[in-house]
Amino acid sequence: MADSQRSTPMLDELKKGPWPSFVTQIQEMADEGKEACDQLLGLLERSYHEKVGHWKHGGIVGVMGYGGGVIGRYSDLQQEYPAIAHFHTLRVNQPSGWFYTSDALRTVCDIWDRHGSGLTNMHGSTGDIILLGTTTAELEPTFAELTANDFDLGGSGSNVRTPSCCVGPARCEWACYDTLDACYNITMAFQDELHRPAFPYKFKFKFSGCPNDCVASIARSDMSIIGTWRDEIRIDQDEVRNYAKAGMNIERDICGNCPTKCMAWDGNEIEIDDSNCVKCMHCINAMPKALRPGVDTGATVLLGSKAPIVEGAQLSSVIIPFLKMEPPYEGIKDLAERVWDFWGEHGKNRERVGELMQRVGLGNFLEAIEVEPIPEMVAYPRDNPYVFYEEYFEEGDGEEEEEQ
Amino acid sequence: MATDRRTDIGPPHYERFLPPIIKANYGKWKYHEILKPGVMVHVGESGDKLFTVRAGSPRLMGTKRIRKFAELADKYCGGHLRFTSRHNCEFLLTDQANIDPLIAELAELGHPVGGIGAAISSIVHTQGWVHCHSAATDASGVVKCVMDDLIEYFDGTKKLPGKLRIALACCLNMCGAVHCSDIAILGVHRRPPKVQHENMKKLCEIPNVVASCPTAAIRPAEVNGMPSVEIDEELCMFCANCFSVCPALPMADALNDGISIWVGGKVSNARSEPKFSKLAIPFIANNPPRWPEVTSAVRKIVEVWAENARNYERLGEFIERIGWPKFFELTEIEFTKQHIDDYKYAGLSFKRSAQLRH
Repeated sequence: MADSQRSTPMLDELKKGPWPSFVTQIQEMADEGKEACDQLLGLLERSYHEKVGHWKHGGIVGVMGYGGGVIGRYSDLQQEYPAIAHFHTLRVNQPSGWFYTSDALRTVCDIWDRHGSGLTNMHGSTGDIILLGTTTAELEPTFAELTANDFDLGGSGSNVRTPSCCVGPARCEWACYDTLDACYNITMAFQDELHRPAFPYKFKFKFSGCPNDCVASIARSDMSIIGTWRDEIRIDQDEVRNYAKAGMNIERDICGNCPTKCMAWDGNEIEIDDSNCVKCMHCINAMPKALRPGVDTGATVLLGSKAPIVEGAQLSSVIIPFLKMEPPYEGIKDLAERVWDFWGEHGKNRERVGELMQRVGLGNFLEAIEVEPIPEMVAYPRDNPYVFYEEYFEEGDGEEEEEQ
Repeated sequence: MATDRRTDIGPPHYERFLPPIIKANYGKWKYHEILKPGVMVHVGESGDKLFTVRAGSPRLMGTKRIRKFAELADKYCGGHLRFTSRHNCEFLLTDQANIDPLIAELAELGHPVGGIGAAISSIVHTQGWVHCHSAATDASGVVKCVMDDLIEYFDGTKKLPGKLRIALACCLNMCGAVHCSDIAILGVHRRPPKVQHENMKKLCEIPNVVASCPTAAIRPAEVNGMPSVEIDEELCMFCANCFSVCPALPMADALNDGISIWVGGKVSNARSEPKFSKLAIPFIANNPPRWPEVTSAVRKIVEVWAENARNYERLGEFIERIGWPKFFELTEIEFTKQHIDDYKYAGLSFKRSAQLRH
């Protein structure tokens, strides 16, 4: 039984205020009789006093046949908090776009109430449903119930991490390709790579339907697939005038914010030089009733973004400026496999693809993945003259050819 | 073991969870409008209307609360809901009359509605002391305090010039990938790892540990007749990569751990290109349970931006227009040696022109 008399004066301060409280959430589950949640409150209160965490590295724990999907976690105060001595996390692959029915949510809750702490993250940073806290013995039974209900584990460790996508065509007029389908298709195609770590380090896919990039793919995924178009922005001039009538300063706030100054407003109609538009989305964001992306849509594919560890943070770099995004997404799959081949052979332990690109140079990397260099890949050409040439002529070169 | 063990089935297909109105209008939405804070309508080519109510969440949720959300979805949304990339819960309605009763029930449950458009959305964050071994600060607690303090910018009581995306990561691993946020709150260690020589041999592979250091500060060494490592502390930049591969090199240190604040990043391509967040405040000591120095520092930055920025201007775009010296002046943040980059490509961040405001 949970000890409702536990004193947590510091955490109690975090039950106050207008934003929903995580302490209240842990408390609710402690009150439901989850001993682990009660002890978690005790351990956390102690961290608040000592200003230091009390969790240790994970050991190798998991479910049979998988090398990822479970994060081992142990308390360093096992005697005092035995109910959370083991407190492992399961990552459960979320449905595309994080859509659920109430029944599906209740199914996950039922499983987790039977086998774990009842605590979750909806959702983790990569996108998975996070089931937070259980013991080693409960891992396999939890997995059995999840799969019996059509859920599977996501990625962890040096594998394909759980791909994620924005809401896409399900509820957004700006989706330039079907992010939900692409995400599902790629996830299914790479189940082996997702569940059995065989890479130098992690590899993330993120699918955003337009350049607003609601899943932050350009900052957070080794392969960023960002929707775009290559024809004209669709304009409804009547609706443009309605925005102006409603008080929008189109000259200043729309044309003035256009990064390439490819728009003009004469007080009656807006004119766009689409050949000079860089698809930034600002005008469309500001006037969703009047402007829409074109109809010849696809995606820009970029590679290499990551957080700082270890060689510094990176944004993704353009590899394919425009790719039609249609099932079965062979362009994405082929590119991923070529990258993995090179990375698998040349990547160092814990080296992300973005770091490999920096280390070998983008030019060499492109050669290795068999992609031709084009000016869209750089912000500007090199400004240093130290060019590496791999070959040079010697006296007599070419004579043999002439003789033949 | 039974032969019917299912593996590699992947996630359930999303179509099973889409509401009928979405199936009918999939890929055929025409436009959307923000009706009021936290409420928007999407209108299909068909004329169908889908209403979304966005509720804030603490991310860490018990099954009891999730069941409550499911009940609300049954009552108001035909059993359909979704979550956003920033941990908000979105209720999907077809009957406009259900919006206000739903908001009232959410309020009673303690979930404010907001975060759409020119507003702060929920803070993307990590596990912190709740569940992480490498945290330099708590995550959920700091987030709770910052959101409590900025709630009027979430629920629409106060207006902002543009979107405000705050993120928190409790160490440099950045599970929350906070490095492209308008405001990033980042836990930092400031003391080199304390080598547990007696554990080194049983917990760590020494060549791996040596190779893990980006500044080559770790060398193999024999200590008390046992193989171990020594650390050149002057070369340590507190990345904790060594601790990630070797538990015998703990970084956490109550006296020296704390929080740094970074500003001006974005991931959207709107107007200006995506950009990294830059250092505003190198260090604020951990001060649980309410971290008042962090909340007031964040509030000050938000208020300076809200007061001075132009329409649509994100924090980073605002700073680029007024210049960094002006940003430090307006926010009254001290500029220090730590603000000047000294890692790879550091020179690219130096001011290399005479274009200055005097």
